[in-house]
Amino acid sequence: MMGYSSAPIGAREDSEKEVINRQAQSPAALLERQREEVSTANVKMRAGDLRAFFGKAEVIKGISLPFPENKVTAIIGPSGCGKSTFIRCLNRMHEVVPGARAAGEVLLDTDDIYAMDPVRLRRRVGMVFQKPNPFPTMSIRGNVLAGLKLNGIRPDDPDGLAEKTLRQVALWDEVKDGLGRSGMSLSGGQQQRLCIARTLAMEPEVILMDEPCSALDPIATARVEELIHELQKQYTIVIVTHNMQQAARVAQYTAFFYMGELVEHDETNVIFTRPAQARTEDYITGRFG
Amino acid sequence: MNGIRSSYVYRRAVDRAVRAACVLAAVIALVPLFLVLYYVAVRGIRGLNWAFFTELPKPVGEEGGGAANAIVGSIELVGLACLFGIPLGVLAGVFLAEFGQSSFGRVVRFAADVMAGVPSVTIGIFIYALVVLRTKQFSAYAGGLALAVIMLPTVTRTTEELLKLVPEALREAALGLGVPQWRTTLWVMLRTAAPGVATGIMLAVARVAGETAPLLFTSFNNRFWARGLNEPIASLPVQIYTYAVSPYEDWHRQAWAAALVLVSLVLFLNVAARVLVRNRVGSR
Repeated sequence: MMGYSSAPIGAREDSEKEVINRQAQSPAALLERQREEVSTANVKMRAGDLRAFFGKAEVIKGISLPFPENKVTAIIGPSGCGKSTFIRCLNRMHEVVPGARAAGEVLLDTDDIYAMDPVRLRRRVGMVFQKPNPFPTMSIRGNVLAGLKLNGIRPDDPDGLAEKTLRQVALWDEVKDGLGRSGMSLSGGQQQRLCIARTLAMEPEVILMDEPCSALDPIATARVEELIHELQKQYTIVIVTHNMQQAARVAQYTAFFYMGELVEHDETNVIFTRPAQARTEDYITGRFG
Repeated sequence: MNGIRSSYVYRRAVDRAVRAACVLAAVIALVPLFLVLYYVAVRGIRGLNWAFFTELPKPVGEEGGGAANAIVGSIELVGLACLFGIPLGVLAGVFLAEFGQSSFGRVVRFAADVMAGVPSVTIGIFIYALVVLRTKQFSAYAGGLALAVIMLPTVTRTTEELLKLVPEALREAALGLGVPQWRTTLWVMLRTAAPGVATGIMLAVARVAGETAPLLFTSFNNRFWARGLNEPIASLPVQIYTYAVSPYEDWHRQAWAAALVLVSLVLFLNVAARVLVRNRVGSR
């Protein structure tokens, strides 16, 4: 039925009964249960009744979602469901667009991010964008250190830092002989890893990824996914993806958004094998979206 | 069959005729430019000698002398114009690109476009009334200011247009790294647009370097070295004008020489600007 047998979904030994029980729960009760579950886990970041607007249009309609520490949370859903808008609210990039605003609460540890200086927030919550966007005027080395340099911070050992972060994204061996070359001279996949390195150099706590592989070919995608797998040891990661196999491969938790609302949020293998909501099942089996 | 063939012949004839007309028009358009360059080169070279670059003008009636003070004066005036005009123009362009969607932004943009069309004589009179009458003397400052006002709209609009060409993704990348907005604008957006902005500035400089009318009643002229920027100062365009309308053969010769120097300067700036653009495109 699911058609995801190739995806590495951990089998869960639940009884039939529990599955039925789970499906019988109302969405509200389910959310309540999830809230309890994660309140005991170490939650790095948490959205509470988050709403986002473009002008008068409400595109995120009150979403509450926890992001457990050192885990990958994937956000899936059809185009236009508000996934990108949602994660752009998490580091306050949403409000950069003229006419856009957000309401509700987002906690980073115990700090309300909407009470913080957005500049300080964005150093703690880094972002990787859909299309690789290295700075065209800077070298590869310059791109890695761009966040520090543009903020007027001089690292003690810039070369060491550049090497360390480029090794972290597994790009070092490919570029070590040409660190002075333009960042634009790299392939798309390399550019995206360079952009991830640039984010890592700022030593953030959370990394937001907005469809980081949608402009990449399958080989480059695989490398970025491996990288995400490595990075979760040190960082809390939120990834928006159109690709459900990708969510299944990289994320421990998955949230399904539809029309600006959170339909379902659970462990990834539950979402992909025994979704509680009919709409989730319809989406992941390809009946719509 | 015959009908198709004759219509083919007809269309070929029309094609050739129209093509010939276009080529002819292009040639006619280029003729004045090359004639000017040719005349200035041929007649200017005769007047050029070492003294022209190193000596002051000789008193009326004496042969020889040079236009060293006018060459230096032109460079000083253009330098002053850059000093006033570039920072103001670039910052105004940044304002228009970053915050120009407001009604105030639209007013500024409209004003800049109108200013670009104001005859330069008018700007000269404006500075004359504003600066020269108040300070009661012609000065290099007044001349530089007049040239700066002429540069301003070009620099402003070029900066704005080129900033708008920088992909929004770069702004987001920088903001996403926790870079404050002003640093993002300055060190990412403006830095990325810099080669294009520099080209725009060079073209504006090339234009004002040849302006005569606004200098006639701002910086005036000086047959000696100006002892400071608050004194009248010689410049190539005004020198050309003065010498050209004079009755002396030797002054005519020097006017041609000055014209050659000025045209070479402007041509050099134009070519430099274009080479900059080409390198920018080539590096992509």
